[in-house]
Amino acid sequence: MSWALEAEGLTRTFGGGRTLLGRRRPAVHAVQGADLAVREGETLGVVGESGCGKSTLARMLVGLDRPTEGTISIGGQDTAEPARGDRRALARRVQYVFQDPVASLNPRKTIRQTLEAPMRRLLGLDAAARRQRLAELMAAVSLREEFLDRYPHEFSGGQAQRIGIARALAADARVIVLDEPVSALDVSVQAQVLNLLDRLKREFGLTYVFISHDLSVIESVCDRVAVMYFGRIVELGTARELFARPRHPYTALLMRSAPTPGGRRIEAEAEPAELPDPLNPPAGCAFASRCPRADATCRDRRPPLEPNGGSLAACWHPLDATAPAGADLGDHG
Amino acid sequence: MVSLALGRRSAAAASGRPSPFRLLVANRLSALGLAVLVAIAALAVLTPLLPLPDPDVTDPAQRLLRPGAEGALLGTDHLGRDILSRLLWGTRVSILVGLSATAIAALAGSLIGLVAGYAGGATDSVLMRGIDLVMAFPYILLALGIVAVLGPGLLNALYAIAIVNVPFFARNIRGITLGLARREFVDAARLSGASHPAVLFGEVLPNVLPTIVVTMSTTVGWMILETAGLSFLGLGAQPPQADLGSMLGEGRKLLFTAPHVSVIPGLMIFALVMSINLVGDGIRDVLDPRLKSGALAAPGAATAVRRDTIPDAPAPGPVLAVDGLRTEFRTGDRVYKAVGGVDLTLAPGERVGLVGESGSGKSVTALSLLRLVPTPPGTITGGRVTIGGDDQLAASDEALRRLRGGRVAYVFQDPLTTLHPLFTVGDQVMEAVRAHQPLSARAARARAIELLERVQIPSAAARFDAYPHELSGGMRQRVCIAMALANDPELIVADEPTTALDVTVQAQVLKLLRSLSEERGSAVLFITHDFGVVSELCDRVAVMYAGRIVEIGPTAEVLAAPAHPYTAKLIDCVPVLGQPERRLDAIEGLPPAVDRLPEGCAFAERCPFAEARCRDGDISLDNLSGDPLSGDPLSGDRAARCVKPLWGEA
Repeated sequence: MSWALEAEGLTRTFGGGRTLLGRRRPAVHAVQGADLAVREGETLGVVGESGCGKSTLARMLVGLDRPTEGTISIGGQDTAEPARGDRRALARRVQYVFQDPVASLNPRKTIRQTLEAPMRRLLGLDAAARRQRLAELMAAVSLREEFLDRYPHEFSGGQAQRIGIARALAADARVIVLDEPVSALDVSVQAQVLNLLDRLKREFGLTYVFISHDLSVIESVCDRVAVMYFGRIVELGTARELFARPRHPYTALLMRSAPTPGGRRIEAEAEPAELPDPLNPPAGCAFASRCPRADATCRDRRPPLEPNGGSLAACWHPLDATAPAGADLGDHG
Repeated sequence: MVSLALGRRSAAAASGRPSPFRLLVANRLSALGLAVLVAIAALAVLTPLLPLPDPDVTDPAQRLLRPGAEGALLGTDHLGRDILSRLLWGTRVSILVGLSATAIAALAGSLIGLVAGYAGGATDSVLMRGIDLVMAFPYILLALGIVAVLGPGLLNALYAIAIVNVPFFARNIRGITLGLARREFVDAARLSGASHPAVLFGEVLPNVLPTIVVTMSTTVGWMILETAGLSFLGLGAQPPQADLGSMLGEGRKLLFTAPHVSVIPGLMIFALVMSINLVGDGIRDVLDPRLKSGALAAPGAATAVRRDTIPDAPAPGPVLAVDGLRTEFRTGDRVYKAVGGVDLTLAPGERVGLVGESGSGKSVTALSLLRLVPTPPGTITGGRVTIGGDDQLAASDEALRRLRGGRVAYVFQDPLTTLHPLFTVGDQVMEAVRAHQPLSARAARARAIELLERVQIPSAAARFDAYPHELSGGMRQRVCIAMALANDPELIVADEPTTALDVTVQAQVLKLLRSLSEERGSAVLFITHDFGVVSELCDRVAVMYAGRIVEIGPTAEVLAAPAHPYTAKLIDCVPVLGQPERRLDAIEGLPPAVDRLPEGCAFAERCPFAEARCRDGDISLDNLSGDPLSGDPLSGDRAARCVKPLWGEA
């Protein structure tokens, strides 16, 4: 099994540098030192709350944003180099599905124009080949071909997202980064799109990087999961292991906060949840101020992402691997 | 230009909305302007074909003839030239110059604006500072300067006016482009392999074009006026060429002896510019999306109510009793039945969840309770909403105002848009208190701080002076809840209050809402799409579909054994944490449009159990007997709108 996508030490800093007068400009580290590797045919989930850097990470993976540091290679080729010279080579290997399906379609272009653009520009297909591929794509995402000559405002959110997925497939890329692909959709439509994504993956042998804030969606579609907090990956493991036995207290907190229909009562932190100031990040673990297990070590030194049981966790005091999910949080330190 | 705006193929026309042209003509002033403009334009186009004397041939013997004289319908000027002929030829010149100047200014200005807005950074700075430089001079002075350098002449006047108007286009277009260039479809085009010029001209330009057209239509009148101004000063059209401005200038000296020489071209300038501006305003109203969405139509203080029959008053007791509530939206000749007969009661202290997908009518139901749906286009067409014993659909505006934020308080989805950005959160909580209680500023402040503490805002006294943007989303929502609590409401209507929040913050806000409702005994109507949240907070749950409640009952029972197939499907299509193996049972298809509701059950099209009788007649919300869990007969607090519920007898 080979790696479809590898990212090493990925860092993105906004701002920074100096002004004309030599004053230091404030810098915000949206993503810091993220290492990711996705196997071919796998779905890697990236989960986290707003401001954790998951969308910045996604944009870097597809070349919409350039990492400040670190390397990304897709299918064994470093994308930093060709991205400079030939963005199209990158777009043929990795594509992106947007969160807001309607906003990602140009309101003044028909669906046909939108879907033909990648075929013409990236694959250089002639008119006949494009027509055939359009028919295949529309069939693949279960839309009628007559929709091709309509404008985006005539579609519901779910239909628009199918078109967004068809566009990602049009360039024949093997890796698809999905940034919150179902969070703008109604729940009944959400299931349609998730099932569609699952079928397409099997039919076309795709590899997904699936970004979401919704743990239950992540758990149901992903093989492996990375949990992000404040720009860093704090836990990484197989979905089964990570959700059954979370090691990082933040992962456990996320799981206990998610309401389930008819399930157990959710638990909430006593203190209002606030992220650290991004302009003045803490020296140690970013989660320490919210963590019931935190001690002096956590506040002074940043924990590395280390193997722990079957997962990787960045925590000085990881939760016990043998205990069930979330059981022993709060009775320590 | 007009034809460009009107010729665009419009899908709106097909969907029953009036076409842009009909909208334009419906505006009476614009229609008048259009008629005058068309008449003038027709005359100008036909001028060479009309049997007119040469406009430039002088005949001193026939000088200063009055209008109506034989052979000179509008008289002659001081050199004996026919004024009618000069007027029509002059109008031709003025229109041509005005249009050309507009076209040049639009082309150059839009190009600068597009490039500056799309490229941003240093390119933007350099281009826009250049534009600022042009704008720093009074425009007529600049035009005079340009003509002085280039020398007088019609063509040079045209250049001067075009240059003077470039900034107007550049700034307008840059603003629009700036917003568009960061939109997702631009990123999508880049990922489709489009180069920067392809993105700029292929993706951004088509979206900017309406703005360019609007700007052109509102400036062309000005340009004609400015051309006339330069000609009037002798810097534009040179003798003997006729142009409206130069005719006016020549007649100026004879204003008292022969007023018609200057008045006639003056009237023509007036008619021309006025008609163009009226049409331009009309085009702007039609094309500007903000105006189209009804931003100009000021809604009334309360939703209009037009009821044929009023249901009887309910038994006293409940905090809220809704009986047969119907709310409709009317646009064009379509009627959207957003709420199609909702019945709901809330006992004191009870928490009820109203669950549905977008378009199910759950938010409109919540807003209709206190008549907060904007009119136009909304109208309440039936039912009764009883709060505190009174029918609120018959209440005066004053009574409603006392109720809003008093006995009944709302919490909305997005705290950033519900809080005013220019006032501190403390001021806004204070205002909520003082709107209903005659407290001094000091007492109201103390009460506001107490409220902020009650919603667990840390160091509330210090946060009192914070502005909404300085708080996190969770904190802002706590402030909104504090405002809702300001007057100890009997009922809190919360419309998706946690949907925009992170899951850990949502957990805290839900816990807070529950403890507040338990402490104070406030009833809560909680609107959401998430069964998990309902199960966390609500005693009972009502499920809405296509504007009506399809199932209602105690939360745990409904979740464990839904009776309506829609409820069952809605529960099954959501992934549940801890059950990754569960296959998502998607509901195929889409909900029906509420302006074309089918006969019978609205869910029949998507229902696996539907049969003929489901599509026939009105299906009522009937109590269900029998307990799905134990088999015991039940008090009858569950009901479903289904002819063959999944369990029990309807």
